[in-house]
This record gives sequence, structure tokens and C-alpha cells, in this order.
Amino acid sequence: MASNPQLNRHGELHHLLSIDGLPRPIVERILTTADSFINIAEREVKNVPLLRGKSVFNLFFENSTRTRTTFEIAARRLSADVFNLDITRSSTAKGESLLDTIDNLTAMQADMFVVRHATSGAPYLIARHASESAPHVHVINAGDGRHAHPTQGLLDMYTIRHYKKDFSNLTVAIVGDILHSRVARSDIHALTTLGVPDVRAVGPLTLLPAGLEQMGVRVFTKLDEGIRGADVIIMLRLQNERMRGALLPSAQEYFAHYGLTPERLAHAKPGAIVMHPGPMNRGVEIDSRVADGSAAVILPQVTFGIAVRMAVMSIVASSARMQ
Amino acid sequence: MLELDAETIYRALAARARESFAGAALKLVGVHTGGVWLAERLRRELHIEAPVGILDVSFYRDDFDRSGLKPDVRPSQIAFEVAGSHILLVDDVLNTGRTVRAAMNEIFDYGRPARIDLAVLVDRGGRELPIAATVVGATIEVPADIGVVLTRDDDQRLHLTMEKRSGE
Repeated sequence: MASNPQLNRHGELHHLLSIDGLPRPIVERILTTADSFINIAEREVKNVPLLRGKSVFNLFFENSTRTRTTFEIAARRLSADVFNLDITRSSTAKGESLLDTIDNLTAMQADMFVVRHATSGAPYLIARHASESAPHVHVINAGDGRHAHPTQGLLDMYTIRHYKKDFSNLTVAIVGDILHSRVARSDIHALTTLGVPDVRAVGPLTLLPAGLEQMGVRVFTKLDEGIRGADVIIMLRLQNERMRGALLPSAQEYFAHYGLTPERLAHAKPGAIVMHPGPMNRGVEIDSRVADGSAAVILPQVTFGIAVRMAVMSIVASSARMQ
Repeated sequence: MLELDAETIYRALAARARESFAGAALKLVGVHTGGVWLAERLRRELHIEAPVGILDVSFYRDDFDRSGLKPDVRPSQIAFEVAGSHILLVDDVLNTGRTVRAAMNEIFDYGRPARIDLAVLVDRGGRELPIAATVVGATIEVPADIGVVLTRDDDQRLHLTMEKRSGE
């Protein structure tokens, strides 16, 4: 069994499943390649012929119209044929039926699967299965359970590099529900891989997972302290169901302690940027004056996300077959 | 190994370009990397105002399935209006013609030019597509397993070297 299921025997990126364990040169290559896709959107023809004739299947076992759309745009801009399958299933879906679905789609000449699944590890299962039954097929993780959302992590890195140029002197604070956030996990792995010296997790104790320090992260439970001197603040979406689970008293109280207001933002370094993976809960984790203010780079994140996903797709598609 | 005098060949190319395109409202597009160096010099010599367009044809190559994406793709950038313009496409070495085909395809994705001409420093033969240059610095005969490479030193002087092709 290969030590890293994402890489083929030449060390090339064959699947993108997680940023955890990705060599730094691969992360940097994705960001550099994305640069070349940025201005394509401003041309008369917004497509390049790179993946012409290739079939990309978007397999969303968990709903996310926005993420699916960005993958679809990315694949279409690479001239791939895109097929969207919204297979929202009950949580009792068996592993076997998942692999049956994959076998069927592989029989329809799929070249790439973009997988969103509520269960952590589902894209790994698919990638391992495909590596044996269809070694030419590529798998991209579009978010699995609480585990990883690697393309979001990469587009966050692209955004940070765009505004801050260099990772080597940065303080980056990730604020909110770290416990349930695959975005936070992918961001932490990406930031430490790229050598960011000060990565912070900020949130109430009930929403901070154990083991953050071992990942090289400094933990803060007070927002003002956590963002003091930060160059980058990544706000996470607070999911409503967390209130019901008694992890938090109420949205109002959460906002009182952890909502990012202009007054609080003043604790960060002058010129700090504020990011958010969307969709935002205004008045819960972020004040509208911040979300619409000059520090927010939330819409550029969306634009960069397409170029980064194009880079990921073209890089995995150009790797040699698995096995 | 063997070295050709790139500066002499460039002067021949520039003289032919001046003659062939006298009075034309040219805009230049160079192919990464050597073609961009040549286009920058031609731009000064031909007194062209528009900035040189830059193409990295990696996303348009026809060998993606076999060779993959090269690791150091750079952004393409054409800052002038392509539609209706007379473009001189510039590259260092003309061989199979596949790079030129890829470059022309990419140019058309910016708009429909009125005309495209092709200038190359050296034509080494070996065409696999029906493509010919409008102006050429030198035509040379080179065995298929020898690569012709343009480099530029710190003083901006050009050098053409021939070396055994590695791998394929």
C-alpha cells in the first residue's frame, strides 16, 4: 500500500484527497498554475482545450450547489464534459452501494470524480477502489464529513498569497467552529505546509477539537486576543444545528463573544484581510460592516477558487496512471 | 556543444522583418520564453507602441495526454485588442509547427485577428503540420535528436546552443 494514496509511484498528484501529507512543492505548483488560469476569464473565449474529451462527474452525496457550481465552471473552462449527479442519500447508505455507483460511472467512461460526501473518508474509499479497478480515474475531494476540503484550503492559500505575497512572516487566525470544520482542518494543514509561523485557532472551548497544539496551532478562547496582530482572519460559518446540540447557548450570545465587528477587527494588524468560505451568517459570526468593508476579500476568494480548481484538475489529469 | 552566432542571426531576422512589414501596423506576440525576448527586441527596433503579448501555450498543446502539463506554466497575457489587429507571432525555433498551431489557437481565444504572420530566429525543419514562417533569421539542418536552445545572458545577449535531446 502506498504511503500517500494521493500520489502515484512517480510522486505525482493523481488524486486530491487532503492537504495533509502533500509535499510543499505540489501545493506551490497548484498555486502557481492557478496564476495562469486567472486572466483566462477576461478573454473573449473563457475556455482552454486542456481536458477536451474528458468526462468529469460531480458526485455530490451531500448538497452544495455553490461548491458544485464552482467545480462545474472549472471543468467547463478546461473544456471537459461535465455530468452532475446529485445523489443525496440517507445516512444509512452502505459503502457497497457507493462503490457500485462508482463502478457504473466508470463503465460510462468517467475520467474524473469530484466527490462531496457527509462521511469522512468517502473520497479515500473511492480513490482506493478506482486505483485498482480503473487506474486512469482521478478523484478530487470536494469536502468529506469533518475531515477535509482541500480545494477550499488551496483557494484560501491562493487568496492569502495574492494579498500578502509571502507566507514566511504571517499570523493567521482561524475563528469559529473549528471542531466541525473541514475547512479549518485543510487550512491548518496548508498553512503549516507553506511555513506560516503563527497559526491560531480561536473559538469557544466546546468548538475547539483536542490536539490542535500538536498540529502546530496556538489556541485562543477570546477573540480579541486571538486576532491581535493578525495579518489574516479566516471566519468560519457557524452552523445552526450546533445551537440545538447544546454546544452553544444562542446565536446572539455567540455574536457577542465571537462575532467579528469593526471594533474587534481593530485589534488585528493594519491592512489585515478577512476571509470566509461562505455562505456567511451575517450577525452571527460576522458583522455586515466587516463583511462589506474594505478588509473583506470574500468575493475574490470565490473568483480565485475557480482558477485553483482548474489548476488542481489539470495537474491531476496530467499525472501518469495509478499502479 | 556547437554554438551558432545568435546575435548575427537576430540582426538578419530584424532586417527582414523591417523590410517585410514596412508600413504595417504590427502588434507582437511572443511565445514563452525565447519568443518573448525576441519580440521585445523587435518591438524596440520596429518602433511598435503596443506592449508585447505573451503566450505560454501549455494549455493548448496537443501532447497533454502524453506529456502532461509542464511544471512551470506562466500566465499568458495579451494587453492589446486582438480582434482586427495584424499580429506578428514570434518564436525562437521552428520545428514541427505544433507550438505555432497551439499559439494560433490561443490567439483566437482572445479575438479574431485580421492577419497573423510568423517570425522565427531559426527554422530547423522537421515540420509535421503545414506551417511556414513569414520571416526567418536562419535556416539550419539539424539531426532530429539534437535540440536547439535559445538562452540569454545577463547582458541580454542571445545564444543558440545545440545539445543532445534528453529522454524522448
